[in-house]
Amino acid sequence: MNRIEQRFATLRASGTRAFIPYITAGDPTLARTADLIVELDRAGADVIELGIPFSDPIADGPVNQEAALRALKHRVSLHDVVDMVREVRDRTEAGLVLFTYYNPVLAYGVETFANDAAAAGVDGVLCVDLPPEESEEYKKLLDAHGIATIFLLAPTSTEERIALVAERCSGFIYYVSRTGVTGARAEVEQSVHGMVDAIRRCTDKPVAVGFGVSTPEQVREIAEYADGIIVGSAIVSRIGELGDARDMPQTIGAFVKTLADAAKSVK
Amino acid sequence: MENYADSSETPAAPYPFPDERGRYGDFGGRFVPETLMAPLQELEKAYEEAKTDAAFQAELKRYQRDYVGRPTPLYHARRMTEHLGGAQVYFKREDLAHTGAHKINNALGQCLLAKRMGKTRVIAETGAGQHGVATATSAALLGLECVVYMGSEDMARQRLNVYRMQLLGTEVREVRHGTRTLKDAINEAMRDWVTTCRNTHYVLGTVEGPHPFPVICRDFQRIIGAELRSQLAARDMGLPDLLIACVGGGSNSIGLFFEFLGDSSVRMLGVEAGGAGPETGRHAARFAGGVPGMLHGAMSYVLQDRDGQILGTHSVSAGLDYPSIGPEHAYLKSVGRVQYDYATDREALDAFQLASRLEGILPALESAHAIAHACKVVPKMDPEQVVVVNMSGRGDKDVEQAARFILEGEEV
Repeated sequence: MNRIEQRFATLRASGTRAFIPYITAGDPTLARTADLIVELDRAGADVIELGIPFSDPIADGPVNQEAALRALKHRVSLHDVVDMVREVRDRTEAGLVLFTYYNPVLAYGVETFANDAAAAGVDGVLCVDLPPEESEEYKKLLDAHGIATIFLLAPTSTEERIALVAERCSGFIYYVSRTGVTGARAEVEQSVHGMVDAIRRCTDKPVAVGFGVSTPEQVREIAEYADGIIVGSAIVSRIGELGDARDMPQTIGAFVKTLADAAKSVK
Repeated sequence: MENYADSSETPAAPYPFPDERGRYGDFGGRFVPETLMAPLQELEKAYEEAKTDAAFQAELKRYQRDYVGRPTPLYHARRMTEHLGGAQVYFKREDLAHTGAHKINNALGQCLLAKRMGKTRVIAETGAGQHGVATATSAALLGLECVVYMGSEDMARQRLNVYRMQLLGTEVREVRHGTRTLKDAINEAMRDWVTTCRNTHYVLGTVEGPHPFPVICRDFQRIIGAELRSQLAARDMGLPDLLIACVGGGSNSIGLFFEFLGDSSVRMLGVEAGGAGPETGRHAARFAGGVPGMLHGAMSYVLQDRDGQILGTHSVSAGLDYPSIGPEHAYLKSVGRVQYDYATDREALDAFQLASRLEGILPALESAHAIAHACKVVPKMDPEQVVVVNMSGRGDKDVEQAARFILEGEEV
């Protein structure tokens, strides 16, 4: 059982939810990303998603796009992020997930990537534009290295697709709370609760909800029925504002603590 | 399938691509975020139904004849032939289709399909603006709301087409991200579609993107080659020896080639944008500088760095300025059925000039790449041989650019 599965099992036994922050790796620099990981862990993050910067992020809204561009300005690559994980691994026990587009993984070579990522201590990978139908070889290689393969479900997913993802997914299922790109929204859509219930009827794998979640109130609302809550753009935009400020990781840590506490406040 | 290149059968029966996964050999597929999987499956199903629906096909045919003006002429370019001194040069005049390019074939077909699916809104990306204009036109014709995404660099160099779209009642949204060209317009259109797919159809303009877009676009463009075959037969000319077309995403070329894939005596050549020359890094010649990868939902050849980041491209022609190529072209290259080469900006501008002065036809800068290649190969061929160049669009949209680079002598 890898760190992600272990963490969800422990949380489930104690009746609490997982809090999962997303940050863009390499924004503002990879060294700061490593410090941020440690701070996020301290603030109560159970799993941390590291966005791999990509030139053409079609699933991302403007906040994450700009963060990726900032990282790409100093050419942060998937290789660099794997190396950074290796270095930070002994400073945190949080589950580390790489959130990436498929082409950088293809360019790396899926098998080499699986080898290196496992050796570095990566716990899970989510390829946002790799649906389960196209993932056979990829999944086989990541499974062989004990890396969780996380897939998305969305409001448009049919019952058939829920069953397929439930079967292929490991670690947790990432439920995209609305049709659209990443980015903060004012309200949680009405349909989320029903979809999470529908997924649960199909599998007992953990379900985490993300896309558009940005405030402690929204986190608390979703914690009533989901196993985990993911917040990305709201954190990424703050990192963008603070940039390389000396106390940036601590300031972000304090914000993330309000979100993590909200997740943990629901039993 | 490996033997397909040597097959003499007609393409309809034995050609197995795309397969049920939307693959063309190792290329193609459907690589999209989960939100788009259901809409793509819905589109695939709707398209399969429309394909065999006699009423839908009859309506499409009627519009093609009465509205688009098909069939487009097959024109013997006698002065060009004489000038080049080799094979007989013919132009398939897609530039004479309504809105001035082959793009209307696909846009009209997809807008009819959108209407059939009960969608009230269409979106599109555009590079040179021809697909945007074709979609804006079809949307106006069929009463659909229309939004077109266009990179700011392309908006500047194809201003005329921006006005045309706006006059047709379409909202043109400027894309300022990334390279500000076609690639980024597609990114933005996909972001729109991922949000609006319940009421919106994405009219993708070329044989690119996730399955079933490449096959839908190909099927709507096949009419180019099908007409050519009957036009040649009507003149007792038999098969052509060589077909030449420019390749951006690859829709006008696949439209011309597809009909003849099974005719092994017919050679085919796709011409990419060589820009300032592949050695300079400022180009869009995917087969000369790209490696297999995945962009915008399909496996194909992609211009990228070794980290898998997509590279910027350059071409004087906005319609060819794109870092990937349709997956079916990647397949056809891999089995050797179609050859690919490139023409540089300078060669394309020279060809633009030549076609204008010798034939009184201002070609689109995209099509000028195909003419540039004809200029290289036709003189080496025999007078009894026949070369058909796809005149995929007209050059009215390019006169400002052409004036700068030809009349005023500005460096490309």
